[in-house]
Amino acid sequence: MTNIVVLVKQVPDTNAKIVVSGDRVDLSAVKKVMSPYDEFAVETALRHREAAGGEVTAMTLGGAGADKVLKDAKAIGVDHIVRIDSEAELDSNALQTALASALSQLGAEVVYCGKSAADSGAGSTGPGVAERMGWASVSNVISVAFEGGLSVVAPSEGGNAKISVNMPAVISCDKGDVKVRKPNVKGIMQAKKAQVDVKSVDIPASSVAIVAHTMPPAKPAGKSYEGGAAAAEVAQLLRDEANVI
Amino acid sequence: MTETIVIAEIAKGTIHTTTSELVTAALAMGGSPLVIVPCSDASIADAAASIQGASKVIAAKSDVFTHYDAAGWAAALDAVAPAGTILTAATPQSKDLAARLAARRSLSVVQDVVAIDGNQLTSPVYSGKAMQTVALSGPAVVSIRANVFDAAPSTGAAEVSVVDTTGNMATAVQEFMARASQRLDVAEANIIISGGRGMGSPDNFVHLEAIADTIGAAVGASRAAVDTWEAIPHSMQVGQTGKTVNPNLYIAVGISGAIQHLAGMRSSKYIVAINKDADAPIFQHADYGIVATWEEALPVLQSTLSGMMA
Ligand SMILES: Cc1cc2nc3c(=O)[nH]c(=O)nc-3n(C[C@H](O)[C@H](O)[C@H](O)COP(=O)(O)OP(=O)(O)OC[C@H]3O[C@@H](n4cnc5c(N)ncnc54)[C@H](O)[C@@H]3O)c2cc1C
Ligand SMILES: Nc1ncnc2c1ncn2[C@@H]1O[C@H](COP(=O)(O)O)[C@@H](O)[C@H]1O
Repeated sequence: MTNIVVLVKQVPDTNAKIVVSGDRVDLSAVKKVMSPYDEFAVETALRHREAAGGEVTAMTLGGAGADKVLKDAKAIGVDHIVRIDSEAELDSNALQTALASALSQLGAEVVYCGKSAADSGAGSTGPGVAERMGWASVSNVISVAFEGGLSVVAPSEGGNAKISVNMPAVISCDKGDVKVRKPNVKGIMQAKKAQVDVKSVDIPASSVAIVAHTMPPAKPAGKSYEGGAAAAEVAQLLRDEANVI
Repeated sequence: MTETIVIAEIAKGTIHTTTSELVTAALAMGGSPLVIVPCSDASIADAAASIQGASKVIAAKSDVFTHYDAAGWAAALDAVAPAGTILTAATPQSKDLAARLAARRSLSVVQDVVAIDGNQLTSPVYSGKAMQTVALSGPAVVSIRANVFDAAPSTGAAEVSVVDTTGNMATAVQEFMARASQRLDVAEANIIISGGRGMGSPDNFVHLEAIADTIGAAVGASRAAVDTWEAIPHSMQVGQTGKTVNPNLYIAVGISGAIQHLAGMRSSKYIVAINKDADAPIFQHADYGIVATWEEALPVLQSTLSGMMA
């Protein structure tokens, strides 16, 4: 029986146009979804439960709007859904401290999360939470086996490595060869009724503050050519002008 | 003022050239950095001595550094590094290490930094659709994107000292699975040539491989190519749900340039696009756009590059 927790984050849909108004991104008109890699984390957590027994809790830190992603996780089969209530812009130290303290309260034995969130792109949370808990961690994992202790496959120089991991551990999941299950009608009904367990934990002050969001610098218009023969000129420019070959 | 510390980037058992870029970034943050080289054989650290701007080099020597383990590496480096702001490369492994090190010191980590202005750091967010500038109000751990800062020249002569260190490993490698091909992985390459659905068939990727072999590039793919053809593995996928790459040169062939593909490669220094459709969105991001079929363009590209490399 394993106490399994999966971390899920609500992010703007990856198709969404991001606009900056004033000096902040304006996400008011943007559809929000579960961060894509978190879907693999949820799937892996469910497979862990199926292999080893136990219960899966999906946890997020966010405002009430983030309940949506917890319900999405519930619809595909997690047992419990927990939200740490905070609307603040947290730096990684504050976020990870809050997550780690909630994980201790829950008695988590293994934690799955996404390799990086689609908004931050950081990939900091998994290893950071693990270090705060004094646990093992492996990031960018593409496959997990649960028999005879936890073992994972992750990229390593020149290929992949199969790695055995001491539990407790945090595993951050890349897209692997697993297919993510879809919710069925029963799951969707259950998710509708499910109660989110809202927790509050102490969150330290942030020491990294967002100053501004800006649009990426516009790329100067490139050179364009018609016809395959131009590839010769482009190859020459890559050497003489761009200095990259 | 507190110290700035650069953790040298190690690849294939030697110091990778991005380490010199990290020293430039550290100088931009306002301090002549101490360079720490994680190693099991201290002699590899000598190469860091010549990086101009490094104040001192420490070879942090431990068996822990033979294989990557986040917990063991963070503990062993934490024991050697003084207090201060720590810079690492923004490779997947070093970002993981950066996050571990920050957490170990109850600091914050700022990943993928592409610009530094005093204590203000800028990095891409929302898959590069916006930039975020943050201000540090104390020490932090910062990872720096490759190919953004100029490499510091190798005219220095810093003193190298060896310090033994150790940390508890929390994972153990059971087995390495080398890639079938000797070709570089997209995550490691400085030049990438990628094919999309426009390649028509996975067999046509041989034309991309031939060019890759000529110029020492990795071969990547769009998700449409990976999803459509079993012969194209997910490990080649660039984009939102594939790899994020930041090479000097990215050549997109038969790729339309969907937002999720751009998310993985738009920060490449130079982008070349080959596509038969002049309206393909990839052309808006290309430094050099060639409106042509790959059947027309690739043979010309191949022969010109072969001539140049000869
Ligand atoms: C959540 C999510 C995540 C995603 N993640 C990714 C990701 O990680 N990476 C990714 O790439 N996509 C991703 N996608 C998919 C993305 O939206 C596009 O569908 C995909 O990138 C299209 O691939 P493509 O450009 O190869 O194919 P297409 O869009 O079909 O484009 C093929 C192009 O080839 C050109 N062409 C055709 N024949 C020739 C020829 N003979 N010579 C030259 N050009 C030719 C055409 O003009 C066309 O522009 C994701 C989508 C979603 C919803
Ligand atoms: N606010 C949050 N609540 C829950 N999980 C989170 C949160 N932020 C990050 N995570 C988890 O950590 C992963 C990596 O996030 P990041 O470090 O921001 O790239 C995400 O894919 C989530 O699984």
